[in-house]
Amino acid sequence: MSVIELAGLATTSDLVSRPPTRWDLFADRAFRRLAQGGVWLVLLLLGWILWEIGGKASVGIRDYGVGFLTSTTWDVGRQQFGILPHIWGTLYSSLLALAVGGFFGIVMAIFLTQDFLPPQFAMVFRTVVELLAAIPSVVYGLWGLFVVVPALRPVAAWLFEKVSWIPFFGTTLSGPGLAPAALVLAIMILPTVAAISQDALRLVPYRVKEAAYGMGTTKWEAILKVMLPTAATGIFGALVLGFGRALGETMALAMLIGNSNQISLSLFAPANTLAALLALNFPEAGKREVEVLMYAALVLLAITLVVNVAGELIMSLASRKTKA
Amino acid sequence: MKRASIALLISGLVLAVTAGPLAAQDTMRLTGSGATFPFPLYSAWFKAFSTKNKNITVDYQGKGSGAGIRDFINHTVDFAASDAAMTDEEISKVPGGVQLLPMTGGEIVLGYNLPGNPKLKLPRDVYAGIFLGKITKWSDAKLKAANPGVTLPDLDITVVRRADASGTTFVFTTHLSTIDEEWKRGPGAGTTVNWPKSDKFVASPKNDGVSATIKQTPGAIGYLEYAFAKFAKVEVAQLQNKAGQYVSAGGEGGPAALAGVQLPADLRAWVSDPDGPKSYPIATYTWMLFYKENKDPKKAAALRSLVEYCLSDGQKLSSQMGYIPLPENVVAAVRKASASIQ
Repeated sequence: MSVIELAGLATTSDLVSRPPTRWDLFADRAFRRLAQGGVWLVLLLLGWILWEIGGKASVGIRDYGVGFLTSTTWDVGRQQFGILPHIWGTLYSSLLALAVGGFFGIVMAIFLTQDFLPPQFAMVFRTVVELLAAIPSVVYGLWGLFVVVPALRPVAAWLFEKVSWIPFFGTTLSGPGLAPAALVLAIMILPTVAAISQDALRLVPYRVKEAAYGMGTTKWEAILKVMLPTAATGIFGALVLGFGRALGETMALAMLIGNSNQISLSLFAPANTLAALLALNFPEAGKREVEVLMYAALVLLAITLVVNVAGELIMSLASRKTKA
Repeated sequence: MKRASIALLISGLVLAVTAGPLAAQDTMRLTGSGATFPFPLYSAWFKAFSTKNKNITVDYQGKGSGAGIRDFINHTVDFAASDAAMTDEEISKVPGGVQLLPMTGGEIVLGYNLPGNPKLKLPRDVYAGIFLGKITKWSDAKLKAANPGVTLPDLDITVVRRADASGTTFVFTTHLSTIDEEWKRGPGAGTTVNWPKSDKFVASPKNDGVSATIKQTPGAIGYLEYAFAKFAKVEVAQLQNKAGQYVSAGGEGGPAALAGVQLPADLRAWVSDPDGPKSYPIATYTWMLFYKENKDPKKAAALRSLVEYCLSDGQKLSSQMGYIPLPENVVAAVRKASASIQ
């Protein structure tokens, strides 16, 4: 050990042993205040947004009430407004996207974390998946319109011909519709689900897996019966976040979903979503329309909030169960 | 000697500092916002105008007619543009008064996508029936009767409409309300209407969205501005006018339709169903909105010279880009009215 290093060690130990100076105390307190302030600012911001939207929506809520949520007509000329088809379309498209995107996201997370690939390859894959998150929404929309829709059309026509008695395939796909929108949405939430699931799986201590192997499990048994249940809360969190993102996605959906105010089980029928309704109608909205659009925005916010809170609750319940 | 040069330097600096803002004032910026349908034409006009008048730059944002009117009422722009002019109520919100000037016209066409790209003729009751959802097949007897010699496939008709509120929808639905009693009682006229509920009615945002969806969907038909259809190379139908003749867009039909309408003193007029054998049936003026009282007289002068450019050199560009050049008498009326921009 050289003299300089020794000197370095000496000064560090001096630093550790001396009592905190006034400056240290000040820095510590200031940092704590700053962090607290930041948290409060975020909460205040959320409250402010709710207050703004709620205030602007109050007239709409007073005039249209609960009927707004259960009526299916959107007719500006006759001043009749209802968003049931939009709520339906928002939930239906997001659930479909979650089913597809969630499945592939988790599978991808398992593939990338459970020693299927040499680390360098896994790194490349991970970067490519994360790149998907950087593509702008409108590009997804165009891609959907020019690639997904034509590719889906023969499949839809075949399904309609063979099994149109199943309500999911009750119509042909004319152009934009629920299925292409949900598929593109699935790709859009894939990076979120995959990235957070990977973190969850990587957080499981390696010893757990070694212990499973030690007990004589196969690789698949170890993954499905030990790793996945242990990482379940984290993976569930990934799904909730993905679902939240799907609910609010706007531009790609506005281009792909067909914007038709109807409620249909068919995957190939055009539908509508709350976010698309808001984005497409705000620029030209009159006074009355702005009020009801604000009401619709409030409903979208409430749906997102409910989904997140419910996810949070289920997660805490599940973790309590696994601990017990 | 040294002191003298320092004094010179200082005076030079002072000059430079005071001259700076002056130079900035020399190049004037005019900002406008509004209608998207004439946007390609307007941006070509404004670019040419700025190259000709080096000291004036014009910024125009195509946000939509409604947004343009709102900006105009809030005084955040120097001028605005709208496909639906302005209502009396909106005009009353602008102290000092508003000068509406029709600057160009446009035709709304029915673009379609059929295998083999046949040329179609659409009678009045047929296109109203298609958009009401009553005619659902391309092999419909009425379509066949109007198009002898054209092989029409046994294909579902997919109607493509605008998803966003728009002046284009307003003009199209006003026309349908004029020619079809059932349309008037049903969806009616407006920037968004309550369309028939059907799996075969889809909506896309903006003119570009509609043209892209038509091009991607076999059996689709939709309404859009001629300029966008021309640019996207969408096949366009000949429509039957009030006199019973079939007229194509982009020819003499547009100017004939506009010429048939008498402009009132406030220069607001709708061409919901023009007379005359040569008239194209769905045409409209589109307006620029100016303040009658501008704070800066220099700005008012710049706006007047902008209008003058659009009326003279600008009109030559119109038909080439898919818009309708203003008839002679309208140009004269607009030129006269533009004097009230002060």
